[in-house]
Amino acid sequence: MLEEKAQLPKAEIEQAGLGSAADARPVLEVRDLVKRFGGLVAVDHVSLVVWPGEVVGLLGDNGAGKSTLIKVISGVYRPDGGQLLFEGQEVSFASPMEARRRGIETIYQDLALCENLDAPANIFLGREPVRRRWGFLKELDDRYMLQETQHVLEQLDIHIPDLRQPIRQLSGGQRQSVAIARAIYWNARLMIMDEPTAALGVAEQQKVLELVRTLRARGVPVILISHNMQDVFAVADRVVVMRRGQKVGERRVAETTTNELVGLMVGAERA
Amino acid sequence: MAKMVQQLALPAARVKSRPLEIVSRFWSWLFLLLLLLFFSLTGPGFFSFLNLQSIANDMALALLMSLGQTFVIIAAGIDLSTGFTMGFAAVIEAVVLNALVGRLPLGLGLALPLSILIALGVGTLPGLVNGILIGRLRVPPFIATLGMYGIARGLGFIFSGGGQPVSVQIPGVGDIGNGYLLYYHPAVGFSWLHAPLLPPGARPRDLISILPFPLIVAIVAFLLCYWLLSRTRFGRHTYALGGAPEAARRAGIPVARQTLKLYMLSAFLASVAGVLYVLRFTNGDANAGDPLLLDSIAAVVIGGASLFGGEGTMVGTLIGTLIIYVIQNGLVIIGIDPYWQFVAIGAVIILAVLMDQAKARVLNR
Ligand SMILES: Nc1ncnc2c1ncn2[C@@H]1O[C@H](COP(=O)(O)OP(=O)(O)O)[C@@H](O)[C@H]1O
Ligand SMILES: [Mg+2]
Repeated sequence: MLEEKAQLPKAEIEQAGLGSAADARPVLEVRDLVKRFGGLVAVDHVSLVVWPGEVVGLLGDNGAGKSTLIKVISGVYRPDGGQLLFEGQEVSFASPMEARRRGIETIYQDLALCENLDAPANIFLGREPVRRRWGFLKELDDRYMLQETQHVLEQLDIHIPDLRQPIRQLSGGQRQSVAIARAIYWNARLMIMDEPTAALGVAEQQKVLELVRTLRARGVPVILISHNMQDVFAVADRVVVMRRGQKVGERRVAETTTNELVGLMVGAERA
Repeated sequence: MAKMVQQLALPAARVKSRPLEIVSRFWSWLFLLLLLLFFSLTGPGFFSFLNLQSIANDMALALLMSLGQTFVIIAAGIDLSTGFTMGFAAVIEAVVLNALVGRLPLGLGLALPLSILIALGVGTLPGLVNGILIGRLRVPPFIATLGMYGIARGLGFIFSGGGQPVSVQIPGVGDIGNGYLLYYHPAVGFSWLHAPLLPPGARPRDLISILPFPLIVAIVAFLLCYWLLSRTRFGRHTYALGGAPEAARRAGIPVARQTLKLYMLSAFLASVAGVLYVLRFTNGDANAGDPLLLDSIAAVVIGGASLFGGEGTMVGTLIGTLIIYVIQNGLVIIGIDPYWQFVAIGAVIILAVLMDQAKARVLNR
């Protein structure tokens, strides 16, 4: 077993200023989670804890099981074993919508946006506000959606020149921003981001990392998946390393090095 | 692949090719205008109220099928079964109406509405099956609706007792399907719903009939579908489903249920066309809708919908249908062998696809 059983003790987290005694309840607790695809164990007895207001990096090589782990947390897949506790309660999500209703917002690696729709339509997708016309016809309230979108983008200092064009015509960073704005708009209580900076230019990567900091400043914890070391060192408080479906280590970012983490990722260094 | 390329497109690069984009987006409008102009100049009587109204009336049935097809195609599906679903519904309408008339009081007053309800209900069943196959059991739309194409065809023949059209010889039925909303005669002025009794000496050929029944139904259906697609959650979810089904699912859109509704809507509209066919031609023909299927799909494609899903509008479909029926009508009026219409329409479909590709290239650059 390479898995490191011990979680960081609560006292240590408080000491590091990552949470206060008042909100010392973890936002998310994953216990012994297992997810199989046929014979392949994509997630192998993984446990982890996310505290309020912290950014947890999830590191691992391609195929390590990072995406699968967060898809179980966000209700895309049902776990084959283990427990999920959200805000202290055991939860089991039958669909991504159920997870979202609880406040778990996920930004997927394969962007979960509709490229053929505009930014307001994407932000409100599946939760479109309607108003009544002539008392009985329920119509989309496009004006409200546009206003709210402008508002949330402004708050996050995101600039998109024409909000009515399909987001296919936006840059990668702008689209990523729309996805993040959607999560923030719907009051995420836990934000999960899967490789949010992959396929972005340098300036846009910085913008996304800045948004992660904004989230933390607002007290929203973030699980940030990456195989990019710089990202993790730039914004994460703590980092969990996965390899071949297992959790092989957990470090406080301030107390580790790139070399140590790479060692864990490729299996050269034992936890 | 195209999607991936499009993801990398930068907004700044797009602006340069605005004119090209506008041409590729509005070519069908332009094309329709050119057709109208061309036939007006070459075909005597083409650009007259009566001829334009008869074009509109002739396309009513195909338009109904195209409206349903538009929803389905935008959701990245295809419904090959609508032609025989229309024929099946026509047969049911004729058989049920024949059976009910005389057994119910009020003449047609009860029998007709009841038979229409039954025909529309039964005619929507193929869509229910399509929707379950495609939405729940993940059968590819092309396969599921091809199967239903055969089933609806077979059922149409079986219920009509061997493929001959079921004749409806009930007085009044044809008057509805061939009736107009308004009539105008210089001698008597306007009259509603029924052609006026003309005083002696008034020439019957001066009578102008306005808004034929099938056209009215098509207009109402068009307005409803337009609203449904562009102004409601149902329409928004249709676009989402065609643009990115996985994103739609993760956003909490009930994808299977939405798919079911879409195919039921398509079959329902085809059934409306089937009922109209019976009212207009006073028979229920299992083959009635078959020739309209390709026209109706072509109209949607000409109208700018993408067969890959996510794109398309009701107005586009209306333009596409108009183009097809203007070509058919115009060629006859200028005296060209009617078989050329197949060639012409085929060419327009290819043109439409080329335009679509040009548009994609513009966006990708
Ligand atoms: N839907 C799926 N069906 C079967 N195997 C899958 C599926 N999703 C992921 N896998 C497999 O599970 C393993 C972990 O994948 P993933 O979670 O995507 O890794 P990561 O995100 O860390 O790169 C890989 O071997 C991958 O091939
Ligand atoms: Mg991944």
